[in-house]
Amino acid sequence: MSINRRQFLRRAGMVAALGLGGSFIVTGFRGKKVEAASEYQTGQQGLKAKHWAMVVDMSKFKTEDDFNRVKEVCHSIHNVPDFGNPKDEIKWIWKDDYEHTFTGQQNKYLEEHLIDAPFMVLCNHCENPPCVKACPTQATFKRPDGIVAMDFHRCIGCRFCMAACPFGARSFNFRDPRPFIKEIQPDFPTRTKGVVEKCNFCVERLAEGLMPACVENSKGGLIFGDLDDPNSEVREIIGTKFTIRRKPELGTQPSVYYLVGGDEHA
Amino acid sequence: MLEKALTGSKKYWAWIILLLAVIAVGFSSYLNQWNYGLGVTGMSRDVSWGLYIAQFTFLVGVAASAVMLVLPYYLHDFKRFGKMVILGEFLAIPAVIMCMLFIVVDLGQPMRIMNVILHPSPRSVMFYDMCVLVGYLCINLIVGWTTLGAERKGTPPPKWVKPIIYLSIPWAVSIHTVTAFLYAGLPGRHLWLSAIMAARFLASAFAAGPAILILLCMIVRKVSKFDPDPPGVGAIQSLVKIVRYAMIANVFFYILELFTAFYSNVPEYSAPLRYIFVGLDGHSNLVPFMWTAVVLAFVGILLLIFPTRKNGKILPIALLSIIVANWIDKGMILIVAGFVPNSFERIVEYTPSLNEISVTLGVYAIGILLITILYKVAISVREEKDQ
Repeated sequence: MSINRRQFLRRAGMVAALGLGGSFIVTGFRGKKVEAASEYQTGQQGLKAKHWAMVVDMSKFKTEDDFNRVKEVCHSIHNVPDFGNPKDEIKWIWKDDYEHTFTGQQNKYLEEHLIDAPFMVLCNHCENPPCVKACPTQATFKRPDGIVAMDFHRCIGCRFCMAACPFGARSFNFRDPRPFIKEIQPDFPTRTKGVVEKCNFCVERLAEGLMPACVENSKGGLIFGDLDDPNSEVREIIGTKFTIRRKPELGTQPSVYYLVGGDEHA
Repeated sequence: MLEKALTGSKKYWAWIILLLAVIAVGFSSYLNQWNYGLGVTGMSRDVSWGLYIAQFTFLVGVAASAVMLVLPYYLHDFKRFGKMVILGEFLAIPAVIMCMLFIVVDLGQPMRIMNVILHPSPRSVMFYDMCVLVGYLCINLIVGWTTLGAERKGTPPPKWVKPIIYLSIPWAVSIHTVTAFLYAGLPGRHLWLSAIMAARFLASAFAAGPAILILLCMIVRKVSKFDPDPPGVGAIQSLVKIVRYAMIANVFFYILELFTAFYSNVPEYSAPLRYIFVGLDGHSNLVPFMWTAVVLAFVGILLLIFPTRKNGKILPIALLSIIVANWIDKGMILIVAGFVPNSFERIVEYTPSLNEISVTLGVYAIGILLITILYKVAISVREEKDQ
């Protein structure tokens, strides 16, 4: 059987297309997501957990300083820039009032000091994170310990995650952040323009056996631990006290719990 | 066949040069954005998608609308569309390319775009959107080029292209469905979290897309000897019916959204619609636009229902009304208002910057240039045959 030039070219083309497509299917969907993207290896001294969670004990946040201390340490060790305008603003942990943090939960008889009561807000490290689902490159991914982390070098800046996050936890580098960092900390990467960023529950500190910086500087206001461990402090509080979470009706299962009126705890 | 785009009248070249000039201005604005970052746009932490993604959404619809010619012609042997089908396919190609360009100009790190292929994420709707858009572009390139090539030689199109033509029909529906899923699957954006989103997207696409196509046919008639709808055929009037019913369906679907939001009175659902129609807490940037769209939608529908649709002077006005109404709805309001109020129920408004508008016009100019070239090729082939 002989084939002419045209038939040969057609068959060669089909084989090549099949080969390319096949190799894509084989390599493309292999589970290389988490290893490739995570930058921190937990060593011997590192803290480990099955589900990191945080309790925000609002009774410990009283003065302006209680909030600023926590925010400043986070933003300085993570090289978060300060642009001084809300349009470009980047924030990992910050303060907002009850009315806007717990939307739809207030009633009209609440007194002003309760409506305006400040709350600490940050990424909720959801169990079902919509941002992780949305990300087209797995630059945002959920680690086995429950932390929703990011690979700043893989992010293409499509901002689908920002549309997906119901908590407004994500910020985008609308311009080069480096000139706006007060003092660059060499231990943590600075970001380039055009990528998204957010709180990472201090994965880089956990890997070294340290608690998150905000927890360390909160004077007991932020309690951090393994929610999967029945003997952990966070589990005890969440199991025995009345705590609330932001937008639980959306089913994302936030890992940040707010303990309100929890004076007796400590 | 492409060489046919290289010969033309003085007017043709003047038009090409004008488009190139707009592209050049848009490109320099893009370089500005490239150097500074997306901060040159009006987008912010709160309204993180704007004009670019809105144009993308609108144009996916225009691209999908080619199916409104392909389906009747190839599946139902509706001969009236015979001369027009190629124009529909040649409108879809530039529309998809514009969609892709709008995605690229919206990226913070466009150099990393291949990460979408290097790290495929089958849980992300954007991954599927990329797949269907690239596929649709290929399908239309193959189908358009081979059918026109065959026509030029005076032979029927090769047999192998038929299955691809049939494939293009569900594929067109898929591109706009997947695009709707980008928005409709997000838990915290109440304006988008609606089961009817994809249906409404298709309805508005099948109104705006064919309306644009009819206007293009009218232009083709004016500037060339080729008539896509010769006297007695009635292709345009058939397409007008499609535009009319699609637009009525679109308005109907919108009213369903309004009913659910306002009768149920769930605040999260009604807030963005309140913002669109009457303003919220004193913020009302979009209100005049929305009401313009409402008026134009009804004017367009009425003009297409009554015999006015057969009047050569009124028809373009009716079609323009429908196109503009759809553009305001999809190419402007829907995306922006999805972010208002924001996750904290605060209102941060968005106004596109001049730089952003310039980039947008540049991308449109690229698309119009491609339409011009492709149409020039198609028209030349037809004129050659008619001689």
